[in-house]
This record gives sequence, C-alpha cells and structure tokens, in this order.
Amino acid sequence: MVNYQTADLDRVFSALVDPTRRAILARLEAEESLSIGALAEPFAIKLPAVMKHLDVLGQAGLITRCKHGRTVDVRLAPAPLREAVDWLARYQRFWSPALDRLAAYAEAKEEQVRAAEAKEAGE
Amino acid sequence: MTGFTLVRQIKARPAIVFEALTTADGIAAWWGPDALPVVSAQIDARVGGAYRVHFHSAGGGDHEAVGEILEIDPPTRLVMTYSYAFGGEPIEVGRTSRIQIDLKPIAGGVELTFNHTGLANAASVASHTGGWTGAFDKLVRMFGESAG
Repeated sequence: MVNYQTADLDRVFSALVDPTRRAILARLEAEESLSIGALAEPFAIKLPAVMKHLDVLGQAGLITRCKHGRTVDVRLAPAPLREAVDWLARYQRFWSPALDRLAAYAEAKEEQVRAAEAKEAGE
Repeated sequence: MTGFTLVRQIKARPAIVFEALTTADGIAAWWGPDALPVVSAQIDARVGGAYRVHFHSAGGGDHEAVGEILEIDPPTRLVMTYSYAFGGEPIEVGRTSRIQIDLKPIAGGVELTFNHTGLANAASVASHTGGWTGAFDKLVRMFGESAG
C-alpha cells in the first residue's frame, strides 16, 4: 500500500471539510464518470466555483480529470480516501484493545472490592 | 468533532474506573495497542498536571506518550492532551491531539465514552469549521468496508 505523507493526508482532510466537495464525491461514487457540466448541474453555484472545488479535489488526489474532445470527464480516485480511512482506523486499533483491558482491569478490581465488602459485612 | 469515539460498558463502579484512568498503577495495567507490559507510567492527576507513559508495541516499537491534564472531574470526566515524546505513528510526530473520557453511571456499572480528537492539523481545522463528522461518516460508508 502507498503511504501518503502528512501533507497529502492534510489535503485529503481539507478537501473533505466542504459539503459541496463531499456531495461531488458522493455523486462520482454513484455514477463512475461525469462531465463537469453534469457534475455542476445539481449545485446552486456557478461553473467557475465548481471548477475551483474540482481543483481542490484534484490536488488532494481524490479525482482524476480526462479530456474527451470538448468535454472533461471526472472520475473518483478512491486510494487517498482509503488511506484516510486506514489512518483513522489505526488509532481505533490502538485504543480499542486498550479500553478492553481497562474494562477487564476495572471489573477485576470491582470484584475484589465487593469480596472485601462482603467479608466486612459478614464479620 | 474531529477523530473518533469508542464506547465501553464496564461492570465496575465509576470510582474504580476513574482510578484506573488516573493512577500510574491503573494506566500501567491497560495502556498500549498490544498486551505488552507498560515500561513505566507517571501521572500528576490535577489540572495542568503531566502524564507520561512509556510502552512497547508488537514488533519492537518503543513509544512514550506524554500530555497534560486539561480537565479532571472525578469520577465523571478526564480531558488531556496527547502527543509523543518519542515513537508513535510517523505522521503523528510533532502533533498534539486531545483525549476526552466521560463516565456515565448505568445499571450495574458505568458507560465509558472515549473521544480522540484533533488527530491532524487539517482535521483540527475541520473541527472548527464543522462538517468533519459528516465527512468521516461518508468516508466509512464509501470505503470503510473495502478498506478493511
């Protein structure tokens, strides 16, 4: 697997902050390939603004653009998104087993305390 | 919020769980990604106090997590900064993130909510401008399963 540098991940996360850009990605996920005109259609913003969003997504490596005659086809490039998900999952893999051990430790302590309390009450 | 949340239901009273979170002996019993012994743990459990946990990960990784207690409210809330003095994920070097742990009493024990936020500069910015949660949910829906 390709290991993205911090700056690359920062670009991916920055790109994902914007709801219009997320909507663009969602449409590309559903439709595989769209012309810029078709992509811009559902959004209440002008074409240059859409182009700007596509530039941000392109710089983050999240889309590819391919010229076909007079139209430009836009496609989703899923690798950086997978990398971002993996990156967040790594932290979950760190903390999830730790919290399981924390729970086991606290539950063992609780049993010790209860046993001591029961003994005290019985005396 | 930036980052992720984990929830655990624990069959123990809040005071016992809180002690496990805020004492050196407690931390040494559970910290780290793998079931390896913690090398050393220190914590000055008061606002502004520091903690330091030296631990190993499987494969020989040597790490020391350090941070400062931002908020401590026994037995319900612990907030601290999180960074690495050495080791850690290469991508995390020089960054500071934030861990918030909330304990809520439930029948027969406590529900622990663990929140790790501010995991990256860009993500940190995202948490201020909003929309991060949606982005992450979207990511997981789109690629979470195939990424596994």
